Amino acid sequence: MFVLNTLAHRLRNGCQTMAYPDGPAPALPDRHGGALRVEAAKCAEGCRECVPVCPTQAITRPAGRAVSLDLGRCIFCAACVEACPAGAITQTGDHRMAGRRREDLVLGRPGDEQVRLAVALDGKLRRLFGRSLRLRQVSAGGCNACEADTNVLGTIGWDLGRFGIQFVASPRHADGLLVTGCVSRNMELALRKAYEAVPEPKIVIAVGACAIAGGPFVGHPQIREGASAVVPVDLFVPGCPPHPLTILDGLLRLLGRLEESAGK
Amino acid sequence: MSTTSPFALLANATSLPWADVPAWTVAEFVRRTAAELARGARLCAWFGVPDHDAVRLVAVLAFDADNTLAVGRSAPVTGSYPSLTVMNAQAHLFEREVWEQHALVPEGHPWLKPVRRSAGTAPANGDFFRVDGPEIHEVAVGPVHAGVIEPGHFRFQCAGEEVLHLEIALGYQHRGVEEALVGGPHLATMCQMETAAGDSTVAHATAHASVMEALAGTEAPLRAQWLRAVALELERLANHTGDLGALANDVAFLPTASACGKLRGDFLNLTALLCGNRFGRGLVRPGGCRFDLEPDRGARMRERLRPVLADTEQAAVWLWDAASVRARFENVGKVFARQAAEIGLVGLAARACGLVRDVRYDHPAGWHRFAQMPVAVWPDGDVFARARVRWLEIQRSGKFLEEQLAVPPEGGVRIEPGPLAGDTLAVALTEGWRGEVCHVALTDAGGRFRRYKIVDPSFHNWTGMVLALRGQAISDFPICNKSFNLSYCGFDL
Ligand code: SF4
Ligand code: SF4
Repeated sequence: MFVLNTLAHRLRNGCQTMAYPDGPAPALPDRHGGALRVEAAKCAEGCRECVPVCPTQAITRPAGRAVSLDLGRCIFCAACVEACPAGAITQTGDHRMAGRRREDLVLGRPGDEQVRLAVALDGKLRRLFGRSLRLRQVSAGGCNACEADTNVLGTIGWDLGRFGIQFVASPRHADGLLVTGCVSRNMELALRKAYEAVPEPKIVIAVGACAIAGGPFVGHPQIREGASAVVPVDLFVPGCPPHPLTILDGLLRLLGRLEESAGK
Repeated sequence: MSTTSPFALLANATSLPWADVPAWTVAEFVRRTAAELARGARLCAWFGVPDHDAVRLVAVLAFDADNTLAVGRSAPVTGSYPSLTVMNAQAHLFEREVWEQHALVPEGHPWLKPVRRSAGTAPANGDFFRVDGPEIHEVAVGPVHAGVIEPGHFRFQCAGEEVLHLEIALGYQHRGVEEALVGGPHLATMCQMETAAGDSTVAHATAHASVMEALAGTEAPLRAQWLRAVALELERLANHTGDLGALANDVAFLPTASACGKLRGDFLNLTALLCGNRFGRGLVRPGGCRFDLEPDRGARMRERLRPVLADTEQAAVWLWDAASVRARFENVGKVFARQAAEIGLVGLAARACGLVRDVRYDHPAGWHRFAQMPVAVWPDGDVFARARVRWLEIQRSGKFLEEQLAVPPEGGVRIEPGPLAGDTLAVALTEGWRGEVCHVALTDAGGRFRRYKIVDPSFHNWTGMVLALRGQAISDFPICNKSFNLSYCGFDL
């Protein structure tokens, strides 16, 4: 009698889609840590403790300059947070970290302690895509976790469809690409062709450390370092993989669907 | 029986000096490997180790019934050697891989073509097998697929709806993981192991950590081994539940599809409760674990686990109760037990063909030496069987977690493993949710990796997918594919 059974179950569970963004955002797991914050002003003169512990070379400190941490390369292992003796690198617990420009993800200098959050598409693009965005996903040399957490947005808890955002089967039906993976050399041609097949105007969203800069595989000769080596990128979503909430936040910001200020 | 093997024997997650691995001329080595396979061993790994200007071939075998692994090697060879594939099909992809990595030609190999070699901006796939005839048509899909999934290229040779043959060309996800390990371990090694196949983070990370511990001659604290086992079952629960939902979705059975989509996330969130990351990144490290499951956190996990398991049970009951689902799953995508044994299927795909094959049971290492669970087997080899084995494993993993979380072992979770032994070979197998994850490390005199071989279960099982499609309607491809749910990046590495 599964019909009655499913109905009863549905009634008991009620609506399982989260209230966000009208209600509060679901909390990140306490050990997640969220985005990083870097206050180079706290760094001791000449200290480089954090530089050698980073597995993806996200942190640099050339002699005489301030420390610089690239959130786009970061896989959020927190090794630098543990290594920093001055408490200059901290976890904010904030899920918001998507940026529009690559340099918005580089932290450190005074005024750039935190990521510069994505601003909405302007004018015509926002009018076109703001209420209906069709994306073609291209998986290009990652580990499949970014794809998995992108897929999660389609489940009943997140229900991406309620924002008018949908994944479509053909690039010709799409308004843009959502790229995951570091872009292996073996996927370069396919990514370029998929991009060319999307009609103008179009956007590209890079999800995950791989797609932004090569992630854990940065420096391997078998990969290009992220999607922007092959196609122009309009939104960068950091993480390894980004929490679904981080991806959703980036998408909604891009479309101008989040009320809060898009500043810092 | 295996005690009479000419190969060097070792247990899972242990090491032995490279000098103690018996070596024969390559012809003798191939013959002996074939003989071991003929009397029931399985080929876990077959790879080349560069040796001056030549290459040594290495075979890692498993005698499941004896809970024993075996290794042997050849003398240095160049040019060519007599193909093992001719005598045993388990070797066919391994020999192609060795050919493209070391230019060693297996003489007599029936279908020698690249596995993942790059041809500039795409893999060099080579010629596809073609069926000719006036009614034959060829269907090509990929590398970019219609869903949010990984890239691969499929060539179907069809007569109308019927698939006569399917050939799968992979390599699009190749990131050079194995090559990067030479000279390692490096700073990035652990995060590369965790992302070798992202949905099997805990399995690969545990295999790597076990190899490191075997090389260092230490053991992780018991509580860390326990934590790894807990995380491994959470990984299995998340993926099996997600797959049941995906299978339900592909036959348009939406109650289970939508419930399982959410439940999969609930399991991932339990892993995140443990370590902050939904895929278990940052948890397993050589020498133990980076996080502990303190009593109150453990209590929270138990509390949250119970309703999730109950809801999963409910979603599965709907699926099994629906005659429409059974009609679509049964007798579709069949792999026979004999075929499965011949090609060396592993994991749930093998168990769904009636083969009793599970590393947790056959080659227990870590916490599985102390806590076992029954092996879930179903005989039919079809989509139904693969779905059913998933369900049996969900139940067993759920029960295992409930038991384990009730009585955690005491102690710390991390020690410093110390330097790695030089000129030593270590092997570790873990039973990931897809099947056997095999890591083999060989160190040089200074204790750095001279060669590191990773065999994801997908490497064995893609051939099973090909066999499952034979004689099926091409419209059944999606459920056949989902029922295996193999990894592309794990294969391509
Ligand atoms: S948290 Fe990010 S920046 Fe810090 S060490 Fe890890 S990867 Fe590097
Ligand atoms: S960014 Fe991390 S999670 Fe995403 S594909 Fe790359 S390795 Fe996987």
